[in-house]
Amino acid sequence: MSGSIENISHFQLTCPMPTFDFTTINLGHGSGGILSQRLLNSGVFDVLKNDLLNERHDGAVFQLEGKLAFSTDSYVVSPIFFPGGNIGELAVNGTVNDLAMCGAKAKYLSLSFILEEGLRMDHFWEILHTIKKACDAADVQIITGDTKVVERGKGDQIFINTSGIGVVHPNALLGWKYIQPGDCIIINAPIAAHGIAIMSRRNGLEFESDIVSDTFPLHDSVGLLLDHLGDKVHFLRDATRGGLASVLNEIAGDGKTGVSIRQRDIPLDEQVSGACEMLGLDPLYVANEGIFVAMVAQEAAADAVALLRENGWPEACTIGELTTEHSGQVLLQSAIGGRRVVNMLPGEQLPRIC
Amino acid sequence: MKYLSEYRDPEVVTHLLDEIKRITTRPWTIMEVCGGQTHSLVKNGIIELLPAFISMVHGPGCPVCVTPQSLIDKAIWLAEEKGVILCSYGDMIRVPGNRKSLLESKAAGADVRILYSPLEAVNIAKENPDKEVVFFAVGFETTAPANALSVIHAQQIGLTNYSILTSHVLVPPAIEAIVSDPGNVVQGFLGAGHVCSIMGIHEYYPIVEKYKIPIVITGFEPVDLLHGIYMLVKQLEAGEYKLENQYSRVVEDEGNLAARATIDEVFEIADREWRGIAVIPDSGYELKEDYSIYDANKKFDVPDTVPSNENECMAGEILRGKLKPLQCPHFGKKCTPLHPLGAPMVSSEGACAAYYHFSNTTEK
Repeated sequence: MSGSIENISHFQLTCPMPTFDFTTINLGHGSGGILSQRLLNSGVFDVLKNDLLNERHDGAVFQLEGKLAFSTDSYVVSPIFFPGGNIGELAVNGTVNDLAMCGAKAKYLSLSFILEEGLRMDHFWEILHTIKKACDAADVQIITGDTKVVERGKGDQIFINTSGIGVVHPNALLGWKYIQPGDCIIINAPIAAHGIAIMSRRNGLEFESDIVSDTFPLHDSVGLLLDHLGDKVHFLRDATRGGLASVLNEIAGDGKTGVSIRQRDIPLDEQVSGACEMLGLDPLYVANEGIFVAMVAQEAAADAVALLRENGWPEACTIGELTTEHSGQVLLQSAIGGRRVVNMLPGEQLPRIC
Repeated sequence: MKYLSEYRDPEVVTHLLDEIKRITTRPWTIMEVCGGQTHSLVKNGIIELLPAFISMVHGPGCPVCVTPQSLIDKAIWLAEEKGVILCSYGDMIRVPGNRKSLLESKAAGADVRILYSPLEAVNIAKENPDKEVVFFAVGFETTAPANALSVIHAQQIGLTNYSILTSHVLVPPAIEAIVSDPGNVVQGFLGAGHVCSIMGIHEYYPIVEKYKIPIVITGFEPVDLLHGIYMLVKQLEAGEYKLENQYSRVVEDEGNLAARATIDEVFEIADREWRGIAVIPDSGYELKEDYSIYDANKKFDVPDTVPSNENECMAGEILRGKLKPLQCPHFGKKCTPLHPLGAPMVSSEGACAAYYHFSNTTEK
């Protein structure tokens, strides 16, 4: 089966695993009976424990002040372990980042597993611990969840859904209505690493490289921009599935604006670029997990880039502008000075990348 | 990226463009044979940088585009009726057959797998001894060595459950079909660099001589393409017709001898139907008699499908350079990458797809 961890040469548990009755997940683990209880008691609850989760109720009851944001996402990446991360990390960072793009800092997450019968227990354990680590890094808590098991062949090892609630930054004024012609398009880091890291471990396509996924929680970077630049930041979007090109097309289409970008300014790691050449992929369409674009008022763009560069994103830069011309379209100035349209991707360039 | 960035250097590009402008005194119509060249021209915005005098028309060098619809139907038949594991390059999957595409067939439950190499298909056959595995072997001379090698590998390890559904086509007969057409408008060709890296350049001398038309074997990067155009225009302006090799860093006169030997071991020349064009004599490969047990057509006694009521796709005109994608009445309307009427809108080397992806949608 694709996504098997045998693809990864050195699989080691980061935390010792308690003794479960079985070495693989079976239907009983989703039955609600004794096996479910054991899995939850010595597994999920113990690893993820916090005051709200410890209540072990059907849901969590809590109070939050201020304007809130709410988001949900499902994770079906294959393979489930890949260079630079695993599906657990994506499931936390993905929802944390969706909230961050709303100008919010994630506070609480829900976590639902759909496990396929036969999933190795040590793999599940490792994913669980990664989730815990990612939650700690993003300063967010899992406060409710669910575990279901489906028959072998009815899933692909593990699917995860997370939903999250976050508190919106007081300075945030983000949305289509705030973008303006002349706004600069700023990106935080080189594109396409996540998609290529996944491809490098796909069955039948394994190739040697140092490319690792860019999965990363973005709330701190967003918080920083909003702290310092406030309403000069007009719009945020993370460039996940469909890559940078798709995000920019959404901005052009939904924002009813022209988008103009310069190929030579778009940061791209040399190895990633080489892998894209080899695989015939356009990096503009390759998925990312820790990359976002910010539409920032022209007068604040230099400050935004400087802030990002000083805080962990040395390659942050302006890659283009919004314009009143060619409304609804993304135009790219090619590295050699030609111009072309960057369109939406029809269908999938790479399936199940997140 | 070394060996690549040099060929995307804006300064060199500007210099070549200036030189092309300087030597061009009248209109010329040039065909780039290979779909990879078409994509590079459009993707890098080269067409609009060229002087208006130079008209680029797009050639038949897109293997997926020239694969007849009936063959896609055969592949679908094998996957659905014979229950084979049907392996294919990704491009082929979305091209519509008579009733549906392999992608739709896959969604309906057929075991259709997208691979990057036919050798993976051999591995799949090895791992699934109780299943028949068929590789959909399309392509020009460039993919022929790997496809041939897969057959040789299968034979060496004694596999009996591997075969290929072949639709190999050859470049020189296609060029000849275009240039001998009474309505031909092409005055010079950019030859397909990668095909020549396998086959060498000798096959093109007779065409140059017979039709008195210049051919410049050309690469795929912006600098390659502009250099090739420059060399071609120089000949045209001087009234010359020669075979030249712009892509000498990759293409040797003799080609790749090992690859050619592999092809010769497994394949022989045969007539081949080109979608939207016609049956062109001696224009493709089929498996030699010695390897006929690896020929899916023979192995499964694949029935001839109903003659395709070729839909409104104007691939024939597009592939012969008589119509540009934007001139097709269906372009961007009835025919889009999501709902293609024909292969040129699907394949990564298809001219219509290139225009759709990279050109102005408001003009579509």
